[in-house]
Amino acid sequence: MDPILENSITLERMLALYEANRQVLSADDTPILSGIRENAFISLGKLRFPDTKMEAWRHTDLKESLGRGYDYYLHPTKETDIQKVFRCNIPHLDTAIIGQLNGWYVSKDVPLMELGNGIIMGSLAEAKKKYPALIEKYYGQAAHDTEEVFTALNTAFEQDGVFIYVPAGVKSPKPVQMINVIQHPENIFLQSRNLIVVGDDAQLSLVHCDDSYNHQGSFSNIVTEVFLGRNAYLDHYKLQNINNNSTLISSIYFKIESAANLESHYLSLNGGLLRNNIRALFNGPHGNANLYGLYLMDRKQHIDNHVVVDHASPECTSNEIFKGILDENARGVFNGHVLVRRNAAKTDARQTNKNILLTDNARINSEPFLEIYHDDVKCSHGSTTGQLDTEAMFYLRQRGISEESARMLLMFAFADEVVAKIAIPQLRQRIEDMVKKRLQGELRICEQCVLHCSTPEKPLEFRVDVSKI
Amino acid sequence: MLLRIKDLHASIHGKEILKGVNLEVNKGEVHAIMGPNGTGKSTLASVIAGREVFEVTAGEILYQGKNLQKLAVEERAREGIFLGFQYPVEIPGVSMTNFMRTAVNEIRQYKGLDALSGSDFMKMMEEKKKLVEITSNLTNRSVNEGFSGGEKKKNEIFQMAMLEPTLAILDETDSGLDIDALRIVANGVNKLRRPDNAFVVITHYQRLLDYIVPDFVHVLFEGKIVKSGGKELALELEDKGYDWIKNEQL
Amino acid sequence: MEPDSDKIIDQVTRQDYKYGFVTDIETEFAPRGLTEDTIRYISSRKNEPEFLLEFRLKAFRRWLTMKQPTWAHLTIDPINFQDIIYYASPKKKKEVAGLDQVDPELLATFNKLGISLEEQKKLAGVAVDAVMDSVSVKTTFSETLSKYGIIFCSFSEAVLKHPDLVRQYMGSVVPYTDNYFAALNSAVFSDGSFCYIPKGVRCPMGLSTYFRINAANTGQFERTLIIADEGAYVSYMEGCTAPQRDENQLHAAIVEIIAMKDAEVKYSTVQNWYPGNKEGRGGIYNFVTKRGICKGSNSKISWTQVETGSAITWKYPGCILLGDNSVGEFYSVAVTNNHQQADTGSKMQHLGKNTHSTIISKGISAGKSNNSYRGLVRISKNAINSRNYSQCDSLLLGSSCGAHTFPYIQVENKSSIVEHEATTSKISEDQLFYCQQRGIDAESAIGLIVNGYAKEVLKQLPLEFAVEAQKLLSVSLEGSVG
Repeated sequence: MDPILENSITLERMLALYEANRQVLSADDTPILSGIRENAFISLGKLRFPDTKMEAWRHTDLKESLGRGYDYYLHPTKETDIQKVFRCNIPHLDTAIIGQLNGWYVSKDVPLMELGNGIIMGSLAEAKKKYPALIEKYYGQAAHDTEEVFTALNTAFEQDGVFIYVPAGVKSPKPVQMINVIQHPENIFLQSRNLIVVGDDAQLSLVHCDDSYNHQGSFSNIVTEVFLGRNAYLDHYKLQNINNNSTLISSIYFKIESAANLESHYLSLNGGLLRNNIRALFNGPHGNANLYGLYLMDRKQHIDNHVVVDHASPECTSNEIFKGILDENARGVFNGHVLVRRNAAKTDARQTNKNILLTDNARINSEPFLEIYHDDVKCSHGSTTGQLDTEAMFYLRQRGISEESARMLLMFAFADEVVAKIAIPQLRQRIEDMVKKRLQGELRICEQCVLHCSTPEKPLEFRVDVSKI
Repeated sequence: MLLRIKDLHASIHGKEILKGVNLEVNKGEVHAIMGPNGTGKSTLASVIAGREVFEVTAGEILYQGKNLQKLAVEERAREGIFLGFQYPVEIPGVSMTNFMRTAVNEIRQYKGLDALSGSDFMKMMEEKKKLVEITSNLTNRSVNEGFSGGEKKKNEIFQMAMLEPTLAILDETDSGLDIDALRIVANGVNKLRRPDNAFVVITHYQRLLDYIVPDFVHVLFEGKIVKSGGKELALELEDKGYDWIKNEQL
Repeated sequence: MEPDSDKIIDQVTRQDYKYGFVTDIETEFAPRGLTEDTIRYISSRKNEPEFLLEFRLKAFRRWLTMKQPTWAHLTIDPINFQDIIYYASPKKKKEVAGLDQVDPELLATFNKLGISLEEQKKLAGVAVDAVMDSVSVKTTFSETLSKYGIIFCSFSEAVLKHPDLVRQYMGSVVPYTDNYFAALNSAVFSDGSFCYIPKGVRCPMGLSTYFRINAANTGQFERTLIIADEGAYVSYMEGCTAPQRDENQLHAAIVEIIAMKDAEVKYSTVQNWYPGNKEGRGGIYNFVTKRGICKGSNSKISWTQVETGSAITWKYPGCILLGDNSVGEFYSVAVTNNHQQADTGSKMQHLGKNTHSTIISKGISAGKSNNSYRGLVRISKNAINSRNYSQCDSLLLGSSCGAHTFPYIQVENKSSIVEHEATTSKISEDQLFYCQQRGIDAESAIGLIVNGYAKEVLKQLPLEFAVEAQKLLSVSLEGSVG
């Protein structure tokens, strides 16, 4: 019998749940992995759930989210209609698709795909059994269990998720698309864990989508560890488009070895409460990380991006651009922390956060931090919040363009700085369309799916034609 | 009468800049407005175009018999008023093509015309680009972004050609142009002159008027037009300098 | 890093703190430690009215429930609040009128610090309130100023002579509940300056307070209150020094400024408390709460600070922009060297419409120091059409120091614009070489470059202060090559 967290998720309940289900939780663990799990449980006992008095959670109140009752599963939920999981893919984009339903890997054919070129992808639970040494080498090496309560919680409880392994020197022939779908008749609490390894000189494009299909509430606590080997390349996309009753805490940890290259994009188009914890650690010299974020929120939606870039090695470069448009009663938080350690000579770190508020009820907290312990560095940050450029508005209107159209053009242009960084053309096209829809107020959750995928081919109609000719 | 400005007073943040301007412009005419810096030339252009930061405190602007006060910026533009900016703003992320296509089609819609097809629009772009000798591919460039000073001004004239206004006000279009760019801009303007449109050219120097020959020259000084005459007035100004006007006013 | 740079930094950090002397003067102390009795002792020593004792006791009781803040980027050794002497007063020898009232030894001390208390030898156009340890020694020009209706006197005197003004405004900008050190100050504050500029009066001279800690083991807890009534203007300057001692000494002050409609207050500080020695021993803990309120429309408060002293600095001079169209400014140069730590910045809270604020902060870190900018800009929902511009630059000299920037920006309406930018730089070898090629030695070149870097802030200082500040910058950093 799977438990129901009736009134709220509390730390006490979770600790008790762990004690009562230790065997079930660690069923797929090797002794080493089981040790990591147990340590996380111990850490968990010393931590507490966030409240707004904590520095890192000052602007994001989880009280309401945690206070709802949720179903919690220690066994895979019933796969209702597997086809739906695969319906939300990006049109015309040839990808390898990995589906997760309610946090569990959906094994359509086999739980773990082993491709000819050595690439492994599939269920993490399965991989623990089949490739224990490989998993042990990476698992838990990037995540911060001891300080971050949701990461500790995830490590203690995770039972499945996605494992992707690209061996050294291998270039993944097509983008991999991870689709994480939530569909359940009741409120559901889920915790999944992903482990992505891009070996030395290897390359991967990864599109990671969080979607929900209905209006039912959910609380997701997802931890993803990503390892970039020497001179590896990862082009990573996180698409967040879940319903307004969902809470998503997504913690992603990048460990970047020397001369590796990371492009990571966070496109948050819909969600009740979204919290992205993004940590990039340079574990060797000459690494590069570009982190781009775009958030378009309205109603009472809440987005909180906490980004830490840890320059622990010399001669690395990082560039963060996070931009947001907040409408109605939406709230946005950007907290960026660039840490340049004592040994990190010749660091080049940039950090930009720009926001537009469309109403007097929207709110942004922007906190771009720099912490620098070396003089031979180039570091800068900037944060602007304000209206659309009034000069540009006047210019557009003077050419006969209506105020409404001008506003739309400028908002799209504002978002475009981030959208334009998307390297996969089909995906960029898709996101452009979604951004247009979102700005027009059309991207609301539909009966079936937030992505309107029942009509993917239907041309979008805009009064402003922002398509490229 | 295309434009009639009567005793126009305008202020910004409570400070009066225009202190009773009178001006009449007929179709087929080119008017030059000259004057020292800070006397209200750009303000006059902005007020005609409808920049909201300026407050009209007295007087009126009649354009084709309509009181402009009641019209929004874009409505004035759609009625055929074009402002060539002294400092065209850069708008990153908005492509020139997209920008012009939106403008052309919204104006066409206002006039009850069908939107231009993509290919007709592109043909029109190519044609008008030649007029001001723009050789670069504008499709992939954002509005004014990364344009040199000369390119920006050429772009203004290009847009004027695209939108075919009835009244074009060119605010110091000559400033910052080298002699070649000046010639190109002026040629563009001259090619667009027709009996059914009019130009108001605002300039600090006489130089531009060698290329765009005005029918009338007005001197704006301390918020008022203090002197009007033919094209020879510009030469006289060049000769005697603005101190002449200042001294006359004292 | 140039090979010589360590040597040059060495030379610089060996510079003596020239205000480190001790005046040998008989001093009267409160008993060591802090209880309600200590507070009653201070209050009775000053013959305070009952309301003030009540205020102190409320603050003390509140303080007991509070914890020392830990959020700043500072490492602070535990402070034993029971080991501090909260009141130290130079003993008066005899009661005579006029300047003779002041002990010649004290006069000599202030003369040595460059502060003349004799009006005929005054700094051009500046009135001074000189505070030694817990008491005000002398306020110059009080009489001249009173002709304009301006009140400029020690806080203790104001409590006795203008209790209504004190009662009305004290704690109105920095309530005793505000923070740990504000609560402590509210309980034990000893003296400070009081200033009231009446309606429509432009204060004819700069006003200044000079704070001196002399006695050992004492804390200094002064309190300054400045009220500029409608249309008034005043430029206020504050300076401070302390003897060289191996123990840390606590300085927890409060400054409150009230600007009514159309009033303007310019507050400048050159903070040069003893910074501790090269190994980081001793020095002042400078934990200060400074805040102004632009209460009326079109009012303006401007803070300028040059922070070179103190072992640890914790202060965030700020403005509450309540009146429509009011303006707040903060200009800061903070220099840290050796083991100094600074966590300083500003707090701009926009409540009124069309309010504007500017923050310009220049941090300079050398040695093994840590220098943080921390600032809050909040645009509330009703503060429509407001603007803030912040620029926070850091200059690092050497790679053993730290320079940090922690801005907190909150915007709650659509019509306001907030811009923040920050850069980090070092003195480039090109700049140094260029200067040297023109015959300027490395030390002078760095002095030049640092002063140039800080120019935007230094030019905000009143003339009387600017020269001193520039010298101070050159002295504390000359030669620290990065």
